[in-house]
Amino acid sequence: MFSSFMVNTWVAASIVAVVGGVVGFFVVLRGSAFVAHAIPHGAFSGAAGAALLGLNTVFGLGVFALAGALGISALGRKGRHDVATALGLVVMLGTGALFLSWSAEYAPQIYALLFGEVLGVSRAELWPIAGLAIVCLAAVALLYRPLVLSSIAPELGEVRGVSERVIDTAFLLVVALATAMTVPVVGALLMFSLMIAPAGAARALSDRPGVAIACSIALALVTVWVGIALSYAINWPLGFFVGTLGAAFYGLGRLIGARRRRIASPVA
Amino acid sequence: MNALFAPGFFTNGIVHSALIVGAVVAVVAAVVGTFTVLRAQSFAGHALGEVGATGGSAAILAGTNPLWGFIGIAVVAAAAIELLGVRQPRSRDLATGLVLGAGLGLAALFLYLGTTSQSTTGASITVLFGSLFVVSMQMVPSIVTLSIVALAIVVVCYRRLLLTSLNPDLAAARGVSLRPVSALYLLALAIAVSLSAETIGAVLSTALLVGPPAAALRLTKRPIAALVAAAGIGVLATWLGILLAYDSYTWPPSGRGWPVSFFIVVFVFCFYLLAQLRGRKVTRG
Repeated sequence: MFSSFMVNTWVAASIVAVVGGVVGFFVVLRGSAFVAHAIPHGAFSGAAGAALLGLNTVFGLGVFALAGALGISALGRKGRHDVATALGLVVMLGTGALFLSWSAEYAPQIYALLFGEVLGVSRAELWPIAGLAIVCLAAVALLYRPLVLSSIAPELGEVRGVSERVIDTAFLLVVALATAMTVPVVGALLMFSLMIAPAGAARALSDRPGVAIACSIALALVTVWVGIALSYAINWPLGFFVGTLGAAFYGLGRLIGARRRRIASPVA
Repeated sequence: MNALFAPGFFTNGIVHSALIVGAVVAVVAAVVGTFTVLRAQSFAGHALGEVGATGGSAAILAGTNPLWGFIGIAVVAAAAIELLGVRQPRSRDLATGLVLGAGLGLAALFLYLGTTSQSTTGASITVLFGSLFVVSMQMVPSIVTLSIVALAIVVVCYRRLLLTSLNPDLAAARGVSLRPVSALYLLALAIAVSLSAETIGAVLSTALLVGPPAAALRLTKRPIAALVAAAGIGVLATWLGILLAYDSYTWPPSGRGWPVSFFIVVFVFCFYLLAQLRGRKVTRG
């Protein structure tokens, strides 16, 4: 399990979990789970397109993730946000269906892109993942205060000169960046599970942003570590473990949070 | 004429069943979808379609008709969303996401087990992307029956559904209890979405559920007119998509034809953009 080729996997998955935990906190805070699902899922089409042209899949993922983020944010200005997200997602996936019909890509490779493939991360792939992770975390650190303010109290943010529109677009771009780096490892479908489940549990446990972010990172790390160990041991897909463990952690977090609140305020 | 309708379009049995099933599914999706858009629940609609794919893959694994797998899981997922999601929109969003994540995790497992035991590697792609051209005539009766059930729920609850969608506070003040209406609506949504996900793919089901109603609501504010317009746009986009997909068998690069889902999505999106332009003109007067 800790042989040399697995070391890259552990490192890559840990980086992915840290970014997922941090970005996920804001996804949950802003109630934008749909966008967090739509961007990675839609970006999968970019990977299919890149495979068709013989390019690196991370490049295709990045282009589609960024285009999707900008498109959803532009559409969302004029209509309802959830409608814009749904339409952005289906347009990207429709294009993906077209690419898939053109290419002679083997189904297992597509399956790996959708549901994750951690057992084949090479040393050369680690550098782009680490680089994108640093950019992502730096962007969140820069945006931290306005992002928290506009997520909790958008009106107050506007008064203070924090434009909701700018923050929203910037945030979507961060999600897109996180997508491009994580999809090849955990897969397009489970990436968002890693973002929202630990963060949702953390939110139930603590109201203080700093504590909640730390909790969210810790839970995300435990999720992927346990997931990889089990996936290695019984050979089931990592996505299954990430999806179900995440939901289980969230359930636990809600239970503990609810009990704590009952003890803290016995009158209510 | 031949340039537009490739030879055999009107005599081909597969095209006929695709046109019929496509129209039925588009109408149900448009009617249920109008309330989905009004209630801002596109995410739930999309999630139910994708989670339904879990049931579809489980049914393929068990060797039964995927349609029942789709419906069964979608109804369970709808109940889970209803129970987990408190009335606050943000926790509802999170609840939907978690149900979707757990469902997709299970889908990953079932597809994996399915591919290792039966070597049907195409299953994940069929379940997710589907095709109207593989719908057989034998499925038409069950599709029509389920469509009638979904439409009946909407018709029976129409007034309460509309009131709770547009103004939940007023509805509560008038003594309409929100919970049963919301649960019934989610049931209709689960049926509509799994119908369309099974027949045309999980991807397209979201397109037909959200796109035509969103376009129709841009054009008119009257509920009945919006329902009719949404159904019309949905059927039109589906039929145009089938027509082009049929024509595309002679197009480059491969001679296998372009996917019908791609065309329908493109038409739905174009109609939405057109409606947005027109809607703006109407409001400017």
